[in-house]
Amino acid sequence: MHPFFHLLQRDVRLASRRPLDALLPVAFFVLAASLFPLGVGPEPQTLQQIAPGVVWVCALLSAMLSLATLYGGDYADGSLEQMLLSGHSAVLLTLAKALAHWLLTGLPLLLVAPLLGVLFGMDADPIKALCLSLLLGTPILSLFGGLGAAITLGLRNGAVLILLLVLPLCMPVLIFGAGAVAALQSGISPAGHFSLLAALLLLSLLGVPVATAAALRISV
Amino acid sequence: MNPLPRFFTFAAPSRFYWLAGLLLPWLYLLAGALAAAGLYIGFFLAPTDATQGDAYRIIFIHVPVAWMSMVLYLAMAGWAALGWAFNARMASMLARAIAPTGAMFTFLALWTGAFWGKPTWGTWWVWDARLTSELILLFLYLGYMALVEAIDDVRRADLAGALLAVVGAVNVPIIYFSVRWWNTLHQGASISMTAAPKMVSTMLTSMLLMTLACWAYAFAVVFARARAIVLEREQSSEWVRALARPLSKVKL
Amino acid sequence: MSASTPLDIADTDAITGLRAHALAGGRGHETLFRNLSFRVLPGELLWLRGHNGSGKTTLLRTVAGLSTPFAGSVRWNGQSLRGDLLAQKSLVYLGHHNGLKEDLSAVQALRFLSQLHGRDASANGLHAALRSLGVYHRRNLLVRMLSQGQRRRVALARLALETQPGLWVLDEPLEALDDGGQAIVRSLLQAHVQRAGSVLMTSHIALQLDGVPVRELHLSTTGVS
Repeated sequence: MHPFFHLLQRDVRLASRRPLDALLPVAFFVLAASLFPLGVGPEPQTLQQIAPGVVWVCALLSAMLSLATLYGGDYADGSLEQMLLSGHSAVLLTLAKALAHWLLTGLPLLLVAPLLGVLFGMDADPIKALCLSLLLGTPILSLFGGLGAAITLGLRNGAVLILLLVLPLCMPVLIFGAGAVAALQSGISPAGHFSLLAALLLLSLLGVPVATAAALRISV
Repeated sequence: MNPLPRFFTFAAPSRFYWLAGLLLPWLYLLAGALAAAGLYIGFFLAPTDATQGDAYRIIFIHVPVAWMSMVLYLAMAGWAALGWAFNARMASMLARAIAPTGAMFTFLALWTGAFWGKPTWGTWWVWDARLTSELILLFLYLGYMALVEAIDDVRRADLAGALLAVVGAVNVPIIYFSVRWWNTLHQGASISMTAAPKMVSTMLTSMLLMTLACWAYAFAVVFARARAIVLEREQSSEWVRALARPLSKVKL
Repeated sequence: MSASTPLDIADTDAITGLRAHALAGGRGHETLFRNLSFRVLPGELLWLRGHNGSGKTTLLRTVAGLSTPFAGSVRWNGQSLRGDLLAQKSLVYLGHHNGLKEDLSAVQALRFLSQLHGRDASANGLHAALRSLGVYHRRNLLVRMLSQGQRRRVALARLALETQPGLWVLDEPLEALDDGGQAIVRSLLQAHVQRAGSVLMTSHIALQLDGVPVRELHLSTTGVS
């Protein structure tokens, strides 16, 4: 088995030993989304309209929460050095880490999203569109998040700096992701949005791990 | 000493310092003169617009500074990438010097955009494609500046900044496209940034002069900042110490 | 027994082993060593010595490829360890950090490192390695629960898994070990050198190895002696 899978298995096992830590982003996701009805008012019409945007923004912020420790833990105990000296491509290593992050953070967010859809009074079809958009979009967030984590490795205010660096780069994902659901809600086909999201995902898969590997070499 | 100037001769911080120092006063002078001419033509000689009245005149500042903000980002990313690829310290120092000026131009573009929007549309801010993209560009600049400041190791800061700037530069077209898409989809509810009035030759002259003035100013300020960075980074080298020495002989 | 032999750079077999040429490096702004040239041939151990802050750790990291040199080059069998993935496969680097995840058990942590580096990760192999370092009885405890010395032993168990004559770059391997542990590590070093492996290491504890020529390289703040 290639170390890609060993790394994935290791990260999942480590997360399972600290389940509460792993679930914090999901808890934040639900909490943050719940703030909006309190702030904006509970009118069903308004909530339905703002739902795609709110869920997407909260997903974006929640996905960023677990980034500081993505490489930070391995950096602190010397595991990252060993991985960079293992004779395996650093690009595969960063892909494995991004995949682990998505499995442990992005996927749970995706699974909880329908619940939020119901809380905001969305119909079945928009909820499905929401889930599909998150399915395509959250991996992109994990990839860019990994890049941000690698660039800011070991810095004092790394966690906040990651947000400042990564959020602008993730704005297209937000626009197309939330836009897809909003389009469906207003009767337009979301096919264009989904195609663009898929294209962004492909581009990110090709380009971001390379940049992240370069960032790791710079930071270690 | 090689009599022919070598191509990379000003890649040495000391020579850059000398050349930039030589050019600085002229650049400031040029910037001032061009700005004065451009503003005079724009504010006094160009005709009043039929639909927007005199309020449109802010575009003589808004458009040049918006162009500069984008060009400077590319310049910053370019120099940072060169510094990374060729391990050239001077290139990285230039990139760092460009960032605050680029951010300033971006902020000016947003501010003058607001001044343009207010009299014509009644609001200080509109979420149209161009202004929103400028806002995101401002975040990219601030992100770069925050990152290089946060890293103590100078070489790591240069390289990390270069990577971030290049990633940003690649993403800028994607961001701009997605923001335009987003904006056109919401046409019904939105108001878009006022289109420039039909361009008369005096207006074009003014824009051109203002653009050149911004260029000259940007060169001047970036050179001045780069000189300061050079002094700071090369402080342990002989030529910097030699610069400081004459002062110690002054008896007050 | 330590012996100093003159460093012979102009070897006919010019690329075998570790070769540093005019190497300069440091941390951030500061250049810690410059114009450093040395070789470690197969079957040799080079003991890097110097005061605190003289750049020993930085030199080891530069050799291993974790840091870029400011000038010069360092190659293992003609390849730079920083760029060449194949060359990395014959490297074992042990820095100050152990590279063990705290939330894994000792054997799980060792298994991960072993799999990562493509070494023997079978249960038998890992158990034998842990046994030779005297931590077999602690193998199922979480790394978090082990003492510093025991963690160091688990990290050093990687050395017991090595069978090939590669390059070992070790930063204070004897630190935090008691006399028994130090003896075990010394025997591992001996075995490696005797099968034509190369070792570059730092240690503030004296290195006394039977039948192994130990050369010394002194880094000082004013240069190399």
